[in-house]
Amino acid sequence: MSALAAENLAVGHGAARVASGIDLALEPGSVTCLLGPNGVGKTTLFRTLLGLLPPQAGRVLLGGEDIARLSRAAIARRLAYVPQAHAGAFAHTVLDLAVMGRTATLGAFASPGRADLAAARDALAEMGIAHLAERDATRLSGGQLQLALIARALAQKAGVIVMDEPTASLDLGNRIRVLDVVRRLADGGLAVLVSTHEPEQAFAVADRAAVIEAGGRFEAGPVTPLLTAERLSRLYSVEVVVEATPSGRRVVGRPARPR
Amino acid sequence: MRTATALVLLALLLLAAVVVAAGVGPYRIAPPDVAAAMLRRILGRPAEGPVDTVLFSIRLPRVLAAALVGAALAAAGAAYQSLFRNPLVSPDILGVSTGAGLGAVLGILLGLPVAAVQLLGFAGGLLTVATVAGLARALRGGGDVLVLVLAGIVIGALAGASISLAKVLADPYDQLPAITFWLLGSLSGVKAGDVAATLPAVLAGLAPLVLYRWRIGVLSLGDDEARALGVDVARLRLVVIGAATLATSAVVAISGVIGWVGLMVPHMARLLVGPRFDRLLPASVLLGAAFMVAVDTLARSAARIEIPLGVLTALIGGPVFVVLLARGRRRAAA
Repeated sequence: MSALAAENLAVGHGAARVASGIDLALEPGSVTCLLGPNGVGKTTLFRTLLGLLPPQAGRVLLGGEDIARLSRAAIARRLAYVPQAHAGAFAHTVLDLAVMGRTATLGAFASPGRADLAAARDALAEMGIAHLAERDATRLSGGQLQLALIARALAQKAGVIVMDEPTASLDLGNRIRVLDVVRRLADGGLAVLVSTHEPEQAFAVADRAAVIEAGGRFEAGPVTPLLTAERLSRLYSVEVVVEATPSGRRVVGRPARPR
Repeated sequence: MRTATALVLLALLLLAAVVVAAGVGPYRIAPPDVAAAMLRRILGRPAEGPVDTVLFSIRLPRVLAAALVGAALAAAGAAYQSLFRNPLVSPDILGVSTGAGLGAVLGILLGLPVAAVQLLGFAGGLLTVATVAGLARALRGGGDVLVLVLAGIVIGALAGASISLAKVLADPYDQLPAITFWLLGSLSGVKAGDVAATLPAVLAGLAPLVLYRWRIGVLSLGDDEARALGVDVARLRLVVIGAATLATSAVVAISGVIGWVGLMVPHMARLLVGPRFDRLLPASVLLGAAFMVAVDTLARSAARIEIPLGVLTALIGGPVFVVLLARGRRRAAA
């Protein structure tokens, strides 16, 4: 049974359809990359998969159960969300931010206890940012904040993690660091869904890829057969080629022009 | 550990403010005598002379009312700031003060007794916020903070216009001064019975905020994130609005409209204990109570006449707020 699955899903706001015909299955221990041009509905799909937006058709299954029938806390215990990094309105410490990941496991009237703080500290350590625990989260760099938000999702101890463009606006070092984390989480047994604007990231870390094309057509499958030069060119409305480097990595770029 | 220290210090500050305030007035009582009289009362010993009479029938009811007003306004302000993810929000953002004002002004206009005026003020506050929440719900399923705020502005403007109309219609020698005084806030008419009548409503308003202290903090991350973390946002938001409105309406009914406290006190408390709501709430309650006791003492002793509370809180709150903003900007720039 898939950790998270979409069955013939159609997503959108109100009556406006954004994308449809979505069949997707996330398996434990795997990374799935979601690609699509700006504004095509990646975030709408994510919000539907997270149960934040009701599907227009079809259903989302979390561990085999229809997500529409689960309480918010029951969903949060199995499915964690890493939003795009943004500083909040209040200057929480990194540790306080991470411990908020424990909310779904707490009683309605409870505050986090020792065990929750320990779980949050463990998550920060796993992300390599234990030394930032007492720092003000609104004053972190983009990369540090992204790692803190992933730590919060880890503290949630869910089997599925959904990340919305975790490498957006990060520098090269942080991008590589976050991608390493994504791969490591999947190797540790989690099912990870990541949206990205970089097809090369899919080639580098993903087991499967999914694309939403302009007009809302959805397709998913193994990375290399799915992300052909032809499909990527169509997807982003610009002609690109996919080339393998001598080391076997795949890179995406403009076709070479004679000088 | 640092939070615990700060809370103990704030509790001592409140106690000191109460003892000093209870001694200040035309009949001065030294703080040790106040403390001794209070101790006698607590231990059930017989009263001694005029000190106890002045203290327990005149001073302390008013001082306790001030503490109650400050605590409720500050707690409601802290809750609303977390709910609206904005540290510049105050308890009257959804029109509770204006609505309570309108209710009370109508009561004065109709020549009703004081208790009925208070009840109308209380009902006006609750009704206004219920209307705002209902309007927001009708407009966009109640899910949007921005729609809620806009609805608050619209209904608040309507209530404000009605208050102005009532002032025009009021008897300028009798009713108008009463209305003006009420809209500026005062505790001069407060009796022990008012405190006893208000306390249950304030406690009923504060209890959900205390119980949901952790989740209300998570709410400040934004709707989607809070929901993804397992919080039933729509329900909790309703609970917070209801609780904060109840506490605010209850105290506005006995004190009139007092601005700035709910905006400024949570800010100061945040500087002491940080932004975590489970720590911010007790700190705001204690600091708000102490602040209001101090302001009310100033209001009744600084000049020959009573200075309206709303005037004092604005005079103090405005400059303090500018300082806080400047500090915040410097910190952000550093």
